[in-house]
Amino acid sequence: MKPVLLWSDTLVYLMVTALISFVFAVRHNPKSSAHWREIFASRLGMVTFIIILTYVSVALLDSLHFRKALLPTKEHSHQQVFYSNQVYSVLDLLLGEMGDNDERTYSAPFALKSFVKQNRSTHNGGTIRDYPVLKHAGNHLASPDDQVGDISLQSLVAIGKGLLISALFIVLHIVWRRTKNAEKSSELPWKVAYITLTITLCLLIWLIELGNLYHVLGTDQAGNDTLHKTLKSIRTGILIGTLATVIMIPIAIVFGISAGYFKGWTDDIIQYIYVTLSSIPGILLIAASVLLFQIFMNNNPSFFEVGLEKADAKFLGLCFILGVTNWAGLCRILRAETLKISQLEYVQAAHVFGVSHWRILMRHILPNVMPIILITFVLDFSGLVLAEAVLSYIGVGIDPAMASWGNMINMSRAELSRDPVIWWNLIAAMLFMFTLVLATNLFSDLVNDAFNPKTQMEAKA
Amino acid sequence: MFAYLIRRMLYAIPILIGVNLLTFVLFFIVNTPQNMARAHLGEKYVTQDAIDRWVAEKGYDKPLFFNNKKLGAAALTDTIFFEKSLKLFVFDFGQSDQGRNISTDVFNRMWPSLALAVPTFFVGIWVNICVALLVLMFRGSPLDRFAIMVFVTLMSISYLFYIIAGQYLFAGLWRLVPVSGFNSGMDAWRFLVLPVIIGILAGLGAGARWYRTLFIEASGQDYVKTARAKGASEIRVLFHHILPNALLPILTGVVVVIPMLFMGSLIMESFFGIPGLGSYMLSAIQAQDFAIVRAMVFVGSVLYIIGLILTDISYTWADPRVRLN
Repeated sequence: MKPVLLWSDTLVYLMVTALISFVFAVRHNPKSSAHWREIFASRLGMVTFIIILTYVSVALLDSLHFRKALLPTKEHSHQQVFYSNQVYSVLDLLLGEMGDNDERTYSAPFALKSFVKQNRSTHNGGTIRDYPVLKHAGNHLASPDDQVGDISLQSLVAIGKGLLISALFIVLHIVWRRTKNAEKSSELPWKVAYITLTITLCLLIWLIELGNLYHVLGTDQAGNDTLHKTLKSIRTGILIGTLATVIMIPIAIVFGISAGYFKGWTDDIIQYIYVTLSSIPGILLIAASVLLFQIFMNNNPSFFEVGLEKADAKFLGLCFILGVTNWAGLCRILRAETLKISQLEYVQAAHVFGVSHWRILMRHILPNVMPIILITFVLDFSGLVLAEAVLSYIGVGIDPAMASWGNMINMSRAELSRDPVIWWNLIAAMLFMFTLVLATNLFSDLVNDAFNPKTQMEAKA
Repeated sequence: MFAYLIRRMLYAIPILIGVNLLTFVLFFIVNTPQNMARAHLGEKYVTQDAIDRWVAEKGYDKPLFFNNKKLGAAALTDTIFFEKSLKLFVFDFGQSDQGRNISTDVFNRMWPSLALAVPTFFVGIWVNICVALLVLMFRGSPLDRFAIMVFVTLMSISYLFYIIAGQYLFAGLWRLVPVSGFNSGMDAWRFLVLPVIIGILAGLGAGARWYRTLFIEASGQDYVKTARAKGASEIRVLFHHILPNALLPILTGVVVVIPMLFMGSLIMESFFGIPGLGSYMLSAIQAQDFAIVRAMVFVGSVLYIIGLILTDISYTWADPRVRLN
C-alpha cells in the first residue's frame, strides 16, 4: 500500500487540527464554554450534533487515501512494486466489497434480477429476452425464495452487532465520565445522546452488512451500487460546506475589520470592491470562473498523475471560487460590527494609552467579532451543500468522476420519466443530503441563539 | 432627493466600470481568445489555422487596449477593449459566438422570464407574510414550535427536489399540466402554474421563518405593549403597530431583488423549458458562449444597482423619518 495525499485531504487534516485547537481554546474560555454548554444541554442540540458527527467521521475515514500494491507479475522483479491506478480510502476498506460489486445497469433495491431485460442465448441455441440474474446480489442464497428470511436474519445479526458496538462506546464513555468525576457534565442529556448514537450505529452497520450481500439502494445506470455512491458523496458534501467558508473567512476578516477600523480611504476602496463583486449575479460569476478554471486544466493536463487528482483539483478550484465570490456578505457584517466596537470606551482608552493598531485589532476587535464568524460558518454550511447540487446540475459543479449528491440528482432526472419509474437514485441522494442539511440547520439555529447577542436579548425580553 | 439620486447614479458608474474591467480581465487576459477557440473547436485535433480563423471571425484578433496600426481615435476604438467591453455601456452587446444578435435575444427572452418570475415573487411574498402572521398568532404555543420545525424542514429540502418531485407528480403522474414548454399570449398560464407553485413552495420555509423573526422583533417594542395596554384589539395591534414597523427590514430584503426579476431563474426555466433569460444564460454557460455571459453579467449588475437605488427610495416612502441627502 502506498498512501496518497490529495490536496483536499491535506486541507481536511489542517481543518481537523484547527478544530481540535478550537475545542481546547473553548475549554479555557469560561464564557464561550458556557454558550456551548447551553447548546448541548438541549436535547435537539445533542441529537443533531451526533448526526453531524457521524457524517463528519464518514468524511474523515474517506479522506485517508492510498493506492493498493499490484501483485508482482513474472516479468517484473520482486523488488519493484507497482501500484494500482485506483485510489482507495479507509472507508472503502470498511465498506468491504460494496464498491466493487458492479452490475451491468439498473437494478431495484434488494432485487435479485436486473431491471432491464437482456438477450441471452439458451443452451439449445435460441435466444430469449429476460431479466438477467445480478452478479453480486444474493449469491449466497440457495433459492430466491429464501430472500425474505435471509434479509431478516441478516438484519438481526447486523442490529445485534450495532447494539454491541454502541454498548461498548457507551460503557467506555460512562466509565470516563465517572473517573473524571464531572458533576457539571451530568446536566447534559446523555441519555438522548446514547439513544441517537445507538440508532445511527445500528443503521450504518445494517447498511454495510446488507450492502455487501444485496444492493440495498439498487444500482445506477452504469451498474454502480447506489448506497456506495451515496456514502462516498458524504465527503464531497461535508468538504464543500466547510472548505468554501474556511477560504472565505480570512478574506472577509482582513477586509471587513480593516474597513471598519481604519475608515477613510481604506474603507472606500474595500466598500467599492465588495459592492462591485456583489453586483455581479453570483451564479454567473461562479460559472464563468469555473469554466475558465476548466479551460486552464485542460490546457495543462500534465499536472495530475491519476484521474482522482484531477477531479480533486477541480473540486478544490470550485471551493476556492465559491469562497472568493462569497466573502462580500460576511465582510459587510464585520465592517459594521467593527465600526461599532471601535467606538466603545475600552478601544478608545487603548488608543489613548498608545496601544498599537495591531494589538488593538488582535486583543479587542477580533475576539469580539468571533461569534459572528462562528455563526456565519455554521449558517453557511447547509446553503453550500444545497448549492453544490444546483451547480452540478448547471454543469459547473463537481467533476462527474467524483461522487456527489448533485451529480446523482442530475443523473436521476431522466430516470423519473421512465416506466416503471426508477426512483432509488434520486431518493437515496435526497435522503442523505436532507438528513445532513436538516441536522446542520437545526444545530446552527441553536448556535445562533446561543452566540448572537441580538437573539439573546430577545430571549430575555 | 433629486440631487441624491443623481449622486447615486454617478456612484454607479465606477462600479459598472469595475464590473466591466473584471469581466474583461477574466475573459480576455486570464483566458485568451485562443483558449476559447480551442474549447469551441474541440480540444486536441484542431489546427492553428482553424483557431486563427475562428478568432478573426469573432473579432477577437485585435489588440487588447491599443492598436498601433491605426491612426488617431481608431487606435483606441479598434481594440477588443473598446469593441467588446466599452460598448456594453450603451447596451450594444454585439453578436454571440453562434452569430446571433444578443440585444434582440435579451429583449425577446425578457418577457417569458418576467411572466414566471413576477407572479412567483409577489404571490410568494404574500403567502410568506400570511403564513408568518398566522404563526405569530400562536406565539409560544406548541403549534409555533411545530411550525418552525416545518419551516426548517422545508428549507432543508433541495430546490431541485421540489422541481423534480413536482414535475413528476403534477405533470407526469396526474397529468394536470404540461411537463414543460411555453406558449406566447394568454395561453401561457397552463405552463406557468406549476413552476410558480413550486417556486412559492420552495421559498416558503426560509421566507416565512424570516418574516416571523421580523414580526417578533417588531412586536417586542414598547409601543406594542402600550397599544395592548390601552386596549387595542389583537388585529389592530397586528396591522397598525407591528406590520408597518416591520416594513422597513422587509423592504431592505425585497426591493433590491425586484429589478433582478428580469434575469429570470436559471434552474426553473431550464427544467420547465421556458425560453427566458435564465435558460438563455444556462445554455450560454453550457455552450461556453462567453459573449453572452459577459453581456448578462453587465445587465445583472446594472439591475442590481437599480435595485439598491430603489431600496433607498422605498425607505423614504415607508419611514417618514428617512430623508435622502
